[in-house]
Amino acid sequence: MSATHGGGAESAPGEAAAPSSPYEPVFGGPAHQQLEALFDKYPTQQACLLPALWMVQEARGWVSEAAMAEVADVLGLTPAYVKGVATFYTMYHLHPVGRHFIQVCTTSPCGLCGAEAVRDALLEATGCGELGTTSPDGRFTVVEVECLGACGFATPLLIDDDFIESVTAESVPGLLERYP
Amino acid sequence: MGFPHPIHPKETPILSEHFGHAEARTYDGWVERGGYAALKKALATPPGEITEAVKTSGLRGRGGAGFPTGLKWSFMPKDGGKPHYLVCNADESEPGTFKDREIMRWTPHALIEGCAIAAYAIGAERCYVYIRGEFTGPLRIMTDAVEEAYAKGALGASALGSGTRIDVTIHRGAGAYICGEETALMNSIEGKRGNPRIKPPFPAQAGVFGLPTTVNNVETLAAVPHIVNRGGEWYRGLCLGNEKSTGTKLFSVCGHVAKPGNYEVTMGTPMRDLLMDMCGGMRPGRTLKAVIPGGSSVPIMTAAEAEDCLLDYEGIVEKGSMLGSGGVIVMDDSADLVYQIWRLARFYAHESCAQCTQCREGTAWTTKILERILKGQGERPDLQLLLDLSENMTGKTICVLSDSCAAPIVSGIQKFPEEFEAYITKAREPALAST
Repeated sequence: MSATHGGGAESAPGEAAAPSSPYEPVFGGPAHQQLEALFDKYPTQQACLLPALWMVQEARGWVSEAAMAEVADVLGLTPAYVKGVATFYTMYHLHPVGRHFIQVCTTSPCGLCGAEAVRDALLEATGCGELGTTSPDGRFTVVEVECLGACGFATPLLIDDDFIESVTAESVPGLLERYP
Repeated sequence: MGFPHPIHPKETPILSEHFGHAEARTYDGWVERGGYAALKKALATPPGEITEAVKTSGLRGRGGAGFPTGLKWSFMPKDGGKPHYLVCNADESEPGTFKDREIMRWTPHALIEGCAIAAYAIGAERCYVYIRGEFTGPLRIMTDAVEEAYAKGALGASALGSGTRIDVTIHRGAGAYICGEETALMNSIEGKRGNPRIKPPFPAQAGVFGLPTTVNNVETLAAVPHIVNRGGEWYRGLCLGNEKSTGTKLFSVCGHVAKPGNYEVTMGTPMRDLLMDMCGGMRPGRTLKAVIPGGSSVPIMTAAEAEDCLLDYEGIVEKGSMLGSGGVIVMDDSADLVYQIWRLARFYAHESCAQCTQCREGTAWTTKILERILKGQGERPDLQLLLDLSENMTGKTICVLSDSCAAPIVSGIQKFPEEFEAYITKAREPALAST
C-alpha cells in the first residue's frame, strides 16, 4: 500500500485538538437525528457506519480515535471494529489536514495527459513540497490518488468537494486563488 | 467544464441522447422527454414478463463481466418470505472508464427509473445505489433526483400510484477501487471493510445482509427503461457484429486522441470508426501505438489489433483482449509502455485489499520489478520473473484484482518486448531516478 494518504499529522499546526481538551460528541444534537433517520433504510445499524464516519469528517474535518469510539458507541460496535473499517477506506482523514484538501489523479490515463506535471505544480504552488503534507500556513494538503473516474477530462482534481476537470500545470496557480 | 461533445453521426444516442441538457436532470424535464413511462408500463405488467423482455433483448452487464442481465434477474428466488435487494453498482473506478458518471450527472432519473423497474422485476424491497466517494457531483445530483422522485410519487409506498412499494437509497463509498467488485461492495454497504467474499454463495442466494441480491451496473440499469418501452426485440436488433452482443454501449475514450469523451455506439461498430472518426484520430503528427479497450484490467492491444477490431464482447476477445467496462485507453507513439504498465501495476498494488497472498505480494513485487527496469537496473531474467509472477496471480484468488494486474504486464511483455529490451540493454535512458 502506498503511503500517499493522510500523513499530515505533524505538519498541520493548530489544527489538532489539544489532548487535554474534553471530547465534544458529534452525535449529541441534530446529527444524531440525522443518523437515526438512516436506521430505517438499512436492516442493521452497522450499515450506517460509512455514513456516520462521513458525518464525523464533515463536522470535524477528520476522524479521530475519540470520534471512532463515539461512532462505535452510537452504532453498538467496538472501537477496534470501527477503526478497522475507517482505516480501510482512503477518503477518511485519520489526521488533521489543511483547510483545503486537494486530491490529484495520476493514474495511467491522466498520466498520459500530463497529470504528473499538474501534481508537481500543485506541490509547488501550495507550498506543500511533498505529497501527504500540509503547507506551513495550514491552507493546503495535497495527496495523489488513484483514478478519479474522469479520464476523458484529464487531469481531474478534487479540492474539498469540488470536482474540477481538465486542469493543466499552467492553470494551477489561478485555480488555487479560489481557495483562500 | 466537461460538457459533452455534439453527437457524431456514427453514434447511436439512446442512453446519451440527453447528455448536456440540464433540464433533463429534473423530474419534470425527464417526464417531458418520455421519462417514467416505462416504469408506469412495467408496474402494470407481471414482473416475470419484464425479466423475459430483458432476456429477449440480449442485454449483458455493462460493468465488465458481460453476464446476461435477464438471466441474472431470473436467478432471484421467486418465493416470498425473505427480503430481496437490488444493488446498483455506481462505484465506477476502473481506470479509463467514466461513463456511469456521465449517466448520473446528466440523466439521473434514467438510472432511478431503471433501478425502480429492476427492483419491481426481481421483487426487491429496496435498491441501494452505491456511488464512489470521489463522485461528489453525481452524488449530489442523484441525491436530489431521488428526493424529487419521492416527492413526485415515482418512488415510495405506492410508486406512480401502483400500490407497489419501491425504495431507493443512495450509499456513498469512501475510497476503495475494490468496492467495485460486487461482493466487496455488498460488504461495504453492510458497514464492513471492502474485502471480496468467496463465491458461492452467489448474491442471488446470499447477497447484501445475507439476503437474495442482484447487483447491476449503472449503464445496464439505465438501458432497462428503453427495453421496456420499445421491447426486447427492438433492442436485440441493435447489432452490427456478433448476435450475442446487442444494444448500444457507451465507450469512454481517453489518452492520446484528439477528442476524448463518451461515445455511444451500436455493438459491433468498428473500433477504427470510434478512434479515427468519432474521436478525431490521433493528435497531429502522432500514430497509434497501443489500446487498452476495456478499462485497465484487460490485455493491451497492438495498433494492428485495434484497427481491425469490432467493438463487441466477441470482437474484442477475437483480437486478444476484452470489452470489460468499455474504457478505451489510447496510447500513441510517444507513450512509454513500460512506464504505463508500471503505473498500472502500482495502481493495483495500492488498491489490493491484501486478503489473498498472490495478490498482496504479487501486485507489490511486480511493481517493484517494473520499477527496477525503469531505473535501468533490470536484467533479462526479470521479464520471465514477471511472467511467472503473473501466472501465479491469475485465477488463484478470491476476486480478479490480481488477474487484472497481470493482464497488462503479460500482454505488454508479449506484444511490446522491444520496449522492455530498450531499458534492459540500456538503449533507453532510465525513466525513474535511482534511489
